[in-house]
Amino acid sequence: MKRRRSLFSRLFEKIIEGTLTISSTVTSLTVLLIIIFLFKEGFSLFSDKPIENDFILAVNKSNPTSNLKPEQIKDIFDEKIINWKEVGGFDKEIKTFTINDISKYFTDAEIGENFEFLPQKINELVTEEKAIIAYIPTKYLSTDFTGKKLDIGNVTLGNFITGKQWFPTAEPVAQLGVLPLIMGTLWVCLGAILLALPLGLACAIYMSEVAHIRIRNILKPMIELLAGIPSVVYGFFGLVIIVPLVKQMFNLSVGETALSGSIILAIMVLPTIITIAEDALRTVPNSMREASLALGATKLQTIVRVVIPHSILGITAAVILGIGRVFGETMAVLMVTGNAAVMPHSFLQPIRTITATIAAELGEAPQGGLHYKSLFALGCILFIITLITNLLVEWISSKRRYAHK
Amino acid sequence: MISQTTSGKRKRFNQRLMFWIFRILSLSVVGVLLVILSFIFIKGIGVISWDFLTESPTEGMTSGGIYPAIIGTLWLIAGSMIFAFPIGVLAGIYNQEYATWKPLKNLIRIMTNNLSGIPSIVFGLFGMALFVNKLGFGDSIIAGSLTLGLLVLPVVIRTTEESLAAVDNTFRHASLALGASKWQTTRKVVFPIAFPNVITGLILSIGRVSGETAPILFTVAAYFLPKLPTGIYDQVMALPYHLYVLATSGTDIETARPIAYGTALVLIAIVLIINILANVLRNYFGKKFKVK
Repeated sequence: MKRRRSLFSRLFEKIIEGTLTISSTVTSLTVLLIIIFLFKEGFSLFSDKPIENDFILAVNKSNPTSNLKPEQIKDIFDEKIINWKEVGGFDKEIKTFTINDISKYFTDAEIGENFEFLPQKINELVTEEKAIIAYIPTKYLSTDFTGKKLDIGNVTLGNFITGKQWFPTAEPVAQLGVLPLIMGTLWVCLGAILLALPLGLACAIYMSEVAHIRIRNILKPMIELLAGIPSVVYGFFGLVIIVPLVKQMFNLSVGETALSGSIILAIMVLPTIITIAEDALRTVPNSMREASLALGATKLQTIVRVVIPHSILGITAAVILGIGRVFGETMAVLMVTGNAAVMPHSFLQPIRTITATIAAELGEAPQGGLHYKSLFALGCILFIITLITNLLVEWISSKRRYAHK
Repeated sequence: MISQTTSGKRKRFNQRLMFWIFRILSLSVVGVLLVILSFIFIKGIGVISWDFLTESPTEGMTSGGIYPAIIGTLWLIAGSMIFAFPIGVLAGIYNQEYATWKPLKNLIRIMTNNLSGIPSIVFGLFGMALFVNKLGFGDSIIAGSLTLGLLVLPVVIRTTEESLAAVDNTFRHASLALGASKWQTTRKVVFPIAFPNVITGLILSIGRVSGETAPILFTVAAYFLPKLPTGIYDQVMALPYHLYVLATSGTDIETARPIAYGTALVLIAIVLIINILANVLRNYFGKKFKVK
């Protein structure tokens, strides 16, 4: 009797341990799933062409140009490039044709009531006009099409990262260059850290080294409260206070600028920097402070020459973690930075970050389309950046543990 | 000798100057907090009334209340906690009490830290890809709750681990010496002592869930929905998303401003009350049990 019970309870223990083990793997599993889903959707972008599935681009047979870059095609249809010479072709003025131009080239009678003659007409046009470039739906492509189909290459990682234009829904060719978004993120990030770092460090030093313990006990929960305010409230506050303020101070036409974003993000990232830097400062053993003071150094000298150098790893971790936070922040930047996907050249212009782009555009992107996939690819970039910052912090803290032993 | 005292004076002056700079900068940080809170409070308090809290938005969200958004947020809190709390606590217990193999323990810790560092918008993307599209939940409470649950899982795990770690080892040794098994020790001795602190983690993650916007953008949040949800496959309005809509894309942003201030105040009040509650609990039980 007794033995059976112990057998049962041993089994029970094993079951419990199994359950606990499974629960503990959930986080690892989640990270794995995030990687799989994000990267599967994101990377399928690079096996797609940046043109609508059922459209082609065609030129006259005698045209020596056989492939064009997405930016060139956009410039041609925007009439910024007007001669084939500019893209390395022959010396002829470019004529463009899209399906919206039907009435410009043909009469209603010519194409027929139900567009039944349209394929033939388009074929004739492309055959006759030596300098034409035509953007044609495949359903209006005649069976004996004599034009030359242009080869549009797949989206490449290089073009994606270094492209300077972000028009994911542009016709005829989507412009998927994320450099403006990356630069926008970097600018806002840089501004926020420049603002938050001195303030945060001063606050951490004050709380850990200077302030009376009672003042610290008041300050600490207040700074934790600052961390608790939802980011959408920060965004709202920025929208009604910071944005008009920036607009007025610098006499701008719009107040939604990189600077407004930096200010709000600096406020948001302060608690992270302060808390972690303060923790790092407090791990410095008191004996070191006392030794320095006993040698005749002032408190300030002790802080600058002993306490800070000793906790520099922890302070670095605070800064890196802060940068990670700023990179990933979405709602506040979405609301105050103006969302213009252009290459930034000043803090006083609207910019757009990676996170804001995802938040603003995913709702409108049809599932599985080029736009949808490119937003997931942006998510991959974000994930990689935060992964790197996290691993850096991990590495630093393991070094710290080692140093303290 | 004279030069030494003057340099000493200068040093003392420098120190005092620097300390005042530190002091002023620290106060300005607190000042920012007070400015934000008081601004939202002053602007929003005029709108708050019983009707505001219990009525639906009317006239294109330029008047009326925020009742559906409050209810939606409550649904999301409940849904995400049902998922995240048990799993988080069990995982925390495993990591702290059971895990013995160092590499596995380290891996789990690194993964948990990474999960907590992933931007919330990436959770939104992931939730959309997995729960909304792949599993076919559509925009629904269950998809949003699972996404939010994953987001706060690291918070629950970490607070559980920390509160268990704070329990003195003598308790464990005493229990084991009396012949109790590991699970009996954990369940009847260690966990009850750590429980108040575990609850703190629960409360903190409720605060986090009620304020997050980015993860629910594409998984659950509705722009405007006059009726209340009837099941877990319904969409809901949520307070943070409602504030975002009112502030940026309502039908008439200027007329909706007072409502937006009111919504912001309600949201801040919820989050702050939750945070303060967690702090008070932590201090109260910390004193009562005198652990560690």
